Amino acid sequence: MSSVTPDQVSGHSHGHGHDHAHDDHAHHMPHGWRRWLFATNHKDIGTMYLIFSFAMLLEGGTLALLLRTELFQPGLQFFRPELFNQFTTMHGLIMVFGAIMPAFVGFANWMVPMQIGAADMAFARMNNFSFWLLPVAGALLTASFFVPGGATAAGWTLYAPLTLQMGPGMDMAIFAMHLMGASSIMGSINIVVTILNMRAPGMTLMKMPLFCWTWLITAYLLIAVMPVLAAAITMVLTDRHFGTGFFNAAAGGDPVLYQHIFWFFGHPEVYIMILPAFGIVSAIIPAFARKPLFGYASMVYATASIAILSFIVWAHHMFATGMPVTGQLYFMYATMLISIPTGVKVFNWVATMWKGSMTFETPMLFAVGFIFVFTIGGFTGLILSMAPIDIQVHDTYYVVAHFHYVLVAGSLFALFAGTYYWLPKWCGYMYDEKLGKVHFWSSMISFNVTFFPMHFMGLAGMPRRYADYAAQFTDFHQIATIGAFWFGLSQLLFLYIILKAYAGKGAPAAAKPWDGAEGLEWTVPSPAPFHTFETPPEVK
Amino acid sequence: MKKVKGLLGACAMLLCGVVGAQVKDMPGGPRVNQLNLPDGVTQIAKDIAWLHWFMLIVCMVIFIAVFSVMFYSIWAHRKSRGAKAATFHEHLGVEVAWTVIPFVIVIAMALPATRTVVAMKDTSGADITVKVTGYQWKWGYEYIDGPSAGVKFLSNLATPRAQIEGKEPRGPLYLMEVDNPLVVPVGKKIRISVTGGDVIHSWMVPELAVKQDAIPGFIRNVWFRAEKVGEFRGQCTELCGKDHAFMPIVVKVVSEQDYATWSAEQKKLLAAAADDPNKEWAAADLIARGEKVYAANCVACHQGSGKGVVGAFPALDGSKIVLGPKADQIQILLKGKQGTAMAAFGGQLNDVEIASVISFTRASWTNAGKGQDPVVLPADVKAAR
Repeated sequence: MSSVTPDQVSGHSHGHGHDHAHDDHAHHMPHGWRRWLFATNHKDIGTMYLIFSFAMLLEGGTLALLLRTELFQPGLQFFRPELFNQFTTMHGLIMVFGAIMPAFVGFANWMVPMQIGAADMAFARMNNFSFWLLPVAGALLTASFFVPGGATAAGWTLYAPLTLQMGPGMDMAIFAMHLMGASSIMGSINIVVTILNMRAPGMTLMKMPLFCWTWLITAYLLIAVMPVLAAAITMVLTDRHFGTGFFNAAAGGDPVLYQHIFWFFGHPEVYIMILPAFGIVSAIIPAFARKPLFGYASMVYATASIAILSFIVWAHHMFATGMPVTGQLYFMYATMLISIPTGVKVFNWVATMWKGSMTFETPMLFAVGFIFVFTIGGFTGLILSMAPIDIQVHDTYYVVAHFHYVLVAGSLFALFAGTYYWLPKWCGYMYDEKLGKVHFWSSMISFNVTFFPMHFMGLAGMPRRYADYAAQFTDFHQIATIGAFWFGLSQLLFLYIILKAYAGKGAPAAAKPWDGAEGLEWTVPSPAPFHTFETPPEVK
Repeated sequence: MKKVKGLLGACAMLLCGVVGAQVKDMPGGPRVNQLNLPDGVTQIAKDIAWLHWFMLIVCMVIFIAVFSVMFYSIWAHRKSRGAKAATFHEHLGVEVAWTVIPFVIVIAMALPATRTVVAMKDTSGADITVKVTGYQWKWGYEYIDGPSAGVKFLSNLATPRAQIEGKEPRGPLYLMEVDNPLVVPVGKKIRISVTGGDVIHSWMVPELAVKQDAIPGFIRNVWFRAEKVGEFRGQCTELCGKDHAFMPIVVKVVSEQDYATWSAEQKKLLAAAADDPNKEWAAADLIARGEKVYAANCVACHQGSGKGVVGAFPALDGSKIVLGPKADQIQILLKGKQGTAMAAFGGQLNDVEIASVISFTRASWTNAGKGQDPVVLPADVKAAR
């Protein structure tokens, strides 16, 4: 893709937390807690985002296991339904806003500056603030369980007017979401400015790694829609406490207005959570096929088309609200259209693999696995876009199956792939390849055991957000619960693999441990020095 | 060790007893381990089932084609087999083809779907219209026209709480049975006008292929024409609070003759049950009536002890409002309490029921003999409306 002159690469090697002094810097590198609290280095901030998101993944995952424990048998064994609904809601909020989104931002922070040959992000101090808002927001969400009335129990989608009945936990969640939204907006501004202004000479936009493209487009989506979410939840806040009636028909408002505003954010939001995943997979497949990415330009256009289309399909989440027939038809057609650019991307990945020379280390296993299971999720999405079918399966487990296929087998598997791919660059050691493969197969199989039966349950009419169910669904629920525990335990193996690598228990990593990999990040040593590309490289 | 063995043995037997009770397909509801949509008893349901098979087959064919190519490549083009990497990275013809062909396929999918959407939205020319209201946590049915015009009742979950809590074995219609089903005649176009009484609910019956969100302040119409008699079961499909899973729907489709008989019965019952507005109520009678109303409408939140649930539902025992002037308590029952789950019962209960349940709360628990206005009369409630 592009080459770099060797004398441009930064000289000394830094590990994490190592003591050292610089002669050629105007400041001393901070140590101890100051290094992290006042961090302005994109690598440190990336690391913090990743640690935070993994902690949130474990918290959100625990909530899911509590749900699945209650659902192991019909009847209420462990939790009152009010508490069950709190778990359901917080599982969604924590996973979406605490785990998936910050994880992708962590990847952006670590990799975008290195991939474009920039020394850091454009706004290093704003970057620090963007991160530190998140632990506060995470603490607010967690603490909301312990106030009178508990955490909000209205579902992660927080529909009005049910949200008007929630206790102070709802207000805490609103505040937390405002903080997370602000964090995302600032982070996105940072990414856009960095990518547009700080690419190394010779790196045109169409020479950029696709991961940078997907993040550039995602950042625009975030800037466009996070304020819309902020508006929706603020209107809920004022309806709750300040006498407004936005979602109250008696006051001239409309509960469905909330849904329109929320989903205008909500649909681009799900593309925000998948586009960076596409970027990661588009880096890994060519590397392990030892062949250039097929159709780079089409991949860029397809990503842009998906992003633009994502703005005009929101009401496919609202097919059961009673839209006029024209609305129903329009949103059905527009949604079906998104399958085309998405299909193009899948074909391009397969064409990249075709006639390559492939090896299947863990990053490639997760990337190929992603294509397989994400496509299943994509097809159930196409089926859901058919409004008549949606009438039967809306708000059932079919939808739960669909979005877990695209978010877990999609986004999360891509995050795993990227972690294994770039971990040697981050910590300087190879991870345990055998354990990595075990993590892959364990996750892949247990994921399908958990979520595949949910398609059947949804088609049979099992509603979502139910604490109890008709006995005819028992077998599938039990299979799902067993799969869920297995999947959860598999992630503890992942944690072990990472800690083991950081502890230096593997072989030291070369600058480019993957012989087919391309990109500026592989021209710097592993672990990447604290400062890289202080002088921009020449890109041919 | 013996104790542990004994305990494990007991658990095993318990599990067997619970699990071994053979679960059968639910008539009008889900089959055991059902894999697919129900064929249903309406033409629309059959159309949707067909559409789903069509989509599933097309998607599966494409899926198998694409992933056969991918898995072949994984096998044939691996480095360990000596594969050498090619260098091609674009091909205009192929890229145009795999954009245009899926586009054509998508259009082919959209055509039958369009027909069904248009049919589902055409609620004109209905034989009978029923207004359905979603409440926390039950459904209300009101016949607008036809032989049952004016018939109005609530439909509550009939499964006893003891079954839900595992104190009794589960019945065959667990969680999908009600006290008063919606009764409609077979072969007629039934228009369902759905609205919400408090928060958004959703009225779904898979066998009829009907789902419509119940939105407070708005009425949205759907329709069905059942082609077979029988009882068909559905559930609420929009999160509506704690008992979201406990407000099912049962639609009983009967022959026209049976429907006419049922309508006549209902009208008679309505007249009989209608409380005589001129009746003079004695305090003891009112309180006895109030106890029944409380058990049917209030106990879920305020509890049998009147102590409510800390942090969620206020206690009535010792409550300032219950012990204070009657006007305040009457207002809360009639209008509900904004921002809470306390519904506006003015729309659901009549003057006698409201007056009796207020009197019951004022005469129960530690409230007995204390506070102002111990008895509230139906006339008081009527005046306050």
